[in-house]
Amino acid sequence: MAAAARFTVVGGGLAGLMTTIKLAEAGHHVDVLSIVPVKRSHSVCAQGGINGAVNTKGEGDHPDIHVKDTLRGGDFLAEQTSVKGMCYAAPGIIYMLDRMGVTFNRTSEGLLDFRRFGGTLHHRTAFAGATTGQQLLYALDEQVRRYESEGKVTKYEFWEWLGTVKDEAGRCIGSVALDLRTMEIRTFPAEAVCLATGGPGIVFGRSTNSIINTGTAAGRAYMEGAIYANGEFIQVHPTSIPGEDKLRLMSESVRGEGGRVWVPRKKGDTRSPRDIPESERFYFLEEKYPKYKNLVPRDVATREIFMVCRDMGLGIGGKDGVYLDVTHIPAATLDAKIKGVMEIYEKFVGDDPRNTPMVIFPGMHYSMGGLYVTFEPDSKTFTPAEGSPKNQSTNIPGLYAAGEADYAFHGANRLGANSLLSCIYSGMIGGPAMAAYAKNNAKSAEAQNSKYFTDAKKYWDDRFATIKKMAGSENPYQISKELGDLMTENCTVVRYNDRLKKTIEKVREMKERWKNCNVLDTGNLANRSLSFTNQLWNMLELGEVIATSALLRDESRGAHYKPEFSLPEPKSKDPREDSQWMELWKKRHEKWAKTTIAKHSEEGPKISYEDIATPVLEPEPRWYA
Amino acid sequence: MDTAQASATTKTVTFRIWRQDGPNGEGHYDEFRLPYTKGANVVSCLMEIQRNPVTVEGKKVAPVVWDAACLEEVCGSCAMNINGRVKMACSALIDKLEQPITLEPMKKFPVVRDLTVDRQRMFEALKKVKAWIPVDGTHNLGPGPRQSPKDQATMYVLSTCITCGSCLEACPQVTIDNAFVGAAAISQARLFNMHPTGKMNAEERTRPLMGPGGLQDCGKAQNCVKVCPKEIPLTSSIAVMNREVSKLLIKDIFFKDEERKHAAGPG
Repeated sequence: MAAAARFTVVGGGLAGLMTTIKLAEAGHHVDVLSIVPVKRSHSVCAQGGINGAVNTKGEGDHPDIHVKDTLRGGDFLAEQTSVKGMCYAAPGIIYMLDRMGVTFNRTSEGLLDFRRFGGTLHHRTAFAGATTGQQLLYALDEQVRRYESEGKVTKYEFWEWLGTVKDEAGRCIGSVALDLRTMEIRTFPAEAVCLATGGPGIVFGRSTNSIINTGTAAGRAYMEGAIYANGEFIQVHPTSIPGEDKLRLMSESVRGEGGRVWVPRKKGDTRSPRDIPESERFYFLEEKYPKYKNLVPRDVATREIFMVCRDMGLGIGGKDGVYLDVTHIPAATLDAKIKGVMEIYEKFVGDDPRNTPMVIFPGMHYSMGGLYVTFEPDSKTFTPAEGSPKNQSTNIPGLYAAGEADYAFHGANRLGANSLLSCIYSGMIGGPAMAAYAKNNAKSAEAQNSKYFTDAKKYWDDRFATIKKMAGSENPYQISKELGDLMTENCTVVRYNDRLKKTIEKVREMKERWKNCNVLDTGNLANRSLSFTNQLWNMLELGEVIATSALLRDESRGAHYKPEFSLPEPKSKDPREDSQWMELWKKRHEKWAKTTIAKHSEEGPKISYEDIATPVLEPEPRWYA
Repeated sequence: MDTAQASATTKTVTFRIWRQDGPNGEGHYDEFRLPYTKGANVVSCLMEIQRNPVTVEGKKVAPVVWDAACLEEVCGSCAMNINGRVKMACSALIDKLEQPITLEPMKKFPVVRDLTVDRQRMFEALKKVKAWIPVDGTHNLGPGPRQSPKDQATMYVLSTCITCGSCLEACPQVTIDNAFVGAAAISQARLFNMHPTGKMNAEERTRPLMGPGGLQDCGKAQNCVKVCPKEIPLTSSIAVMNREVSKLLIKDIFFKDEERKHAAGPG
């Protein structure tokens, strides 16, 4: 292998850019493929912050407590080695970002400030106003631009990854990609490829995700043999602003800074919220969870809001929606800490949240599941062994995954402000893993394998030529909308097996309808309908994986909630004191504390389960009361 | 159904949208009419057109091509001319726009297709002013320098620039083919020159703003600051960088030889 090997990173969000930086820093050349200029990637939307147990507030915080909160928050479905590695690396990652010039909020002494987030009792979240994701993405974007100006990184922006190029042994030796402007299809030989392509939000139609988050790359990788794991675990963010085009995120930091969630105690109360006295307000999270109050984990908050509206009929004006109230906080404090989110509400709804309580409802937000990846645990620390080629590796040799596209870090539910961290950490270990893999594989990509590249290109040339001729009666954007409505209705907050079965049937019907699509556009340049029609198939594949995985998991865990299969409430506040309940819990845990493995087949996803190693923390019941 | 509801369901929105097949093609307007929905914005209407791309004349056309991603005014993708003024389409609420709503691509960037333009010149400008902190590496080197909350507040605002191109679009000095870097890049130079570490190589950012395409091209029309969707104080940034350029000019005239001598080191 030549000293400067060539790698491909797909996706220019935090995970992709961190992977790129690690490779470029080690002297390798990186081709970055991204469907948008990397500075516009979805990481930009994260608002709240990034977790790291730096312990600056005298609370005795420690990475071990961060590990525990994360594993517990994920109801013991997360991959433990990677979680421990991530939490231990977190303080260093925050410092690195600080050195890169991230405009983190400061204390009066000029040190980094930290706020509280859900699922923890510590001030552990570093933040930059209310646009932390934007600030972090820009910092990495700037470093990559520096490498780009030195010729170590080549960006291919407005390029869409279509699929892998594999050799006869099934190793990934490159990619095929589409120029979204000229519609040219070409191959990219690489020693290794990383998919840092984000989540599948648009499979749910309207979500808090950017409209570029179709999950198409992960869907295609799955079709090519990559395992998709824990697909059923979809985080629904408790607080979003419902909109025609998307559900705009209202950051958890609003509650972190003291925002209170409530509804009027009286059904159908028509008074303006400011006229309703304290005694007639139902602060349901504070009442039910006196310890964590409004900062219970996201899945818990989401279900409570959902039930208050749907089961108790206490939603504002009888509709879906509860108040998220910050009017008791001085406007100056709000502007100093969460001005960005205040402005989003003001701009898109037209009311000033400093004076009028916001109306919010849960919205699809994040996929804990994703492409299955492995880690090599260090035998002493039980963190991912430094420089092991196994870290972040999918089951296809040479194909890696990082960020929201991988399944590992969040288990059944992600804690707020852990996503920016997992993106960066997975890139930090993924880059070196790819380099190590290349070093161990003496055979270099292109020269002797030109046949594989020619064949792969021909496959995609033909496929796009076929799609371009599709002149049926179905509008792909309409199918996509129907898929979104279907998935949101049946695969988000509450799940029932009969409805999931119907959902799978409907998705299969949509796959049939796809064959009758009309491509709508015969243009030769920037033909978005053409690329979208191809993406739509991959979205349908993922929809099927998510619904099937949800159907087969007959229990409630984290974000996956099935009332028909939930355990009863324990009789004591601390469930460990209720021995009968503990027996039930243990039985359930033994059966279901497993990773869901989905493998592609023509007849639909083949689901199996894999045991989870617990070298870091023994599972225990998860409760927050 | 009461009358208010009845009129709401029959209410429509009319769009006049610029169509252009490619960078060099001729263009024309297509007119679309769609049902009114409360809370709709320009992007949600363009999505509706995608699902039914038929003009008012009943002609089936290709869906409109435009750039969008986050729909929260933080990715910078969807800037376009809406009724003749540059705006972010995602936050352009239909209720606040006069009809018919005219959508055109920005004029200071080459058109790719329809409303999509190529803003690469903005990213090139960021390279030109070296808009980054030259860190020693990504390994553990401890925390960064301390900063006052006041400086953080100033830098944070500058750092919220979404590279949407509105400031270039509104600037009378920027043309589609000239070299003026525009307000966004100038403001980024100010941001990194303010940072305690960035200060150490401030000159590398200021110097590229001294020549053609730099600060001398600014005509002080102050349009940039008026159209910035993030309300970044762009004219203050231009003033600050003007001062830095002047200081550097004086230094060049009076102290250049001395600095060269010191830089060479003893012996």
